[in-house]
Amino acid sequence: MSAITRDEVAHLARLSRLALADEELDHFAAQLDVIIGAVARVAEVAADDIPPSSHALPLTNVYRPDEVRPGLTPKEALAAAPAVEDDRFRVPRILGEEA
Amino acid sequence: MSLVHTSAAELGALVASGEVSAVEVAQAHLARISTVEPQVNAFLHVDAETTLAQARAVDARIAAGERLGPLAGVPIAHKDVFTTTDMPTTAGSKILEDYRPPYDATVTRRLREAGLVILGKTNLDEFAMGSSTENSAYGPTRNPWDLSRIPGGSSGGSSAAVAAYEAPLSTGTDTGGSIRQPAAVTGIVGMKPTYGGSSRYGLIAFASSLDTPGPFARNVLDAALLHEAFSGHDPLDSTSIDAPVPSVVEAARNGDVAGLRIGVVKEFGGDGYQAGVLARFHESVELLESLGAKVVEVSCPSFTTALPAYYLIAPSEASSNLARFDAMRYGLRVGDDGTRSAEEVMALTRAAGFGPEVKRRIILGTYALSSGYYDAYYGQAQKVRTLIARDFEAAFNQVDVLVSPTTPTTAFPIGERADDPMAMYLADLCTIPTNLAGNAAISVPCGLADEDGLPVGLQIMAPVLGDDRCYRVGAAVERALEGRWGGSLLSKAPVL
Repeated sequence: MSAITRDEVAHLARLSRLALADEELDHFAAQLDVIIGAVARVAEVAADDIPPSSHALPLTNVYRPDEVRPGLTPKEALAAAPAVEDDRFRVPRILGEEA
Repeated sequence: MSLVHTSAAELGALVASGEVSAVEVAQAHLARISTVEPQVNAFLHVDAETTLAQARAVDARIAAGERLGPLAGVPIAHKDVFTTTDMPTTAGSKILEDYRPPYDATVTRRLREAGLVILGKTNLDEFAMGSSTENSAYGPTRNPWDLSRIPGGSSGGSSAAVAAYEAPLSTGTDTGGSIRQPAAVTGIVGMKPTYGGSSRYGLIAFASSLDTPGPFARNVLDAALLHEAFSGHDPLDSTSIDAPVPSVVEAARNGDVAGLRIGVVKEFGGDGYQAGVLARFHESVELLESLGAKVVEVSCPSFTTALPAYYLIAPSEASSNLARFDAMRYGLRVGDDGTRSAEEVMALTRAAGFGPEVKRRIILGTYALSSGYYDAYYGQAQKVRTLIARDFEAAFNQVDVLVSPTTPTTAFPIGERADDPMAMYLADLCTIPTNLAGNAAISVPCGLADEDGLPVGLQIMAPVLGDDRCYRVGAAVERALEGRWGGSLLSKAPVL
């Protein structure tokens, strides 16, 4: 039995905003099946009463004082943008036709 | 000896005394880069004018009587995953081709403040995901020991640049072994500091709870000097440790291991390990014993599940971190023909801009974080992470440092594992536990494998903020072995 199907990989690619070609999907589905089969070994570890670690260090939220500081100018912030209009990022439409 | 064969510590002293100018040192390295780059391909970007301008500025600061650090005027190769305002920053990806960041990484800023002269940006596996640099969108880097082999990864451009005498120092980042593994397979020194000991600000994120900047050098002292130059608390990184930098330079000068307790990790060895790697490793352990260290075997049973846990945690974090590449504010944009929606443009851009390994990891991470799978995969991997940290804790109650081979094998041929992700992942078998627990570890050269004549690395692991112990033991091994070899391991490499 496979650990992950091609349809599942296609769904995950959509969630990840990756417009994959059919051949890519075939290829990745086969590879991910092997990888997921291997990483599933974590399930064999008896860890019911073990707390999870999201992080290596016991740090909690670290804040700086809420003071105004100089930031990037609009020109600097927009310098690497793919498209700019009127000192703003120009983006493709974000709403559907019916909106 | 020529300037390119001189150590960073000596170059710094020559520049400080005025015997040689920073410009002369930079010129010598730029010439070396021109000579060997067609074969090695360690750099993605070299710009002689920018480099020489930095060198002239250092000479002017010295002439003006400014007291700079011990590495002022020393050239460095900088991994192309740290932002630089005066050079492109690509992370080895097409999605950031020609990208110019509006700010410097903290590591970059500290290199500049210390008077280091940045020669250029080095090649890497795309977004630091890989163990060979074959995942770079700009072609692989080649191992100076054997140009048909990989220089390790992800920091393979940085390891190759130092091993090929293009730079005495370089920067790297280590998320699962990306400094130690390339150092091991190119016969140089590479250090992964304690997590939080070096700043991630301006480091393009792969897996934020694991990513750690660190140094490469041709000897232990040079690595310590660079470690000290860019480490320390950074208010711009909320996971930065607010504590003094461990006294790594002093430890590298000291190198005394008499009475030190050294643990050999029982779980690392046996099947899957190259005989020549194990032979050099066992000799290193005997050497440390002969230098007065007390060696015991230590068991860390959870280390055997570190690799699967890592390949759930790192891709999960990556899938989230790489969501920022959305084709809207910077980087590549594909398919914006006026009819397509932002979401369609985003999906087309990411499909065109990311390479296969990055896509695989984004999908794997999205899977591990999906509702229904979260507890079984990501949640369980986080529990394994706790167990690994506990194994380290128990081990460091018995010993001062742990040792293992850095990698199971020497450098493999380019192409051998390129389409077999699981085989590639095994290169990080011994280095991953340290990333998951956040402690410190170094790789130092310990000889050549008999089968193939290629370098082998010894890994020395120390507790959180015990970075100095890595340098102390590394220096002891280096001193004793170089005495036997009559020079550095690298002096045995073929001349390029």
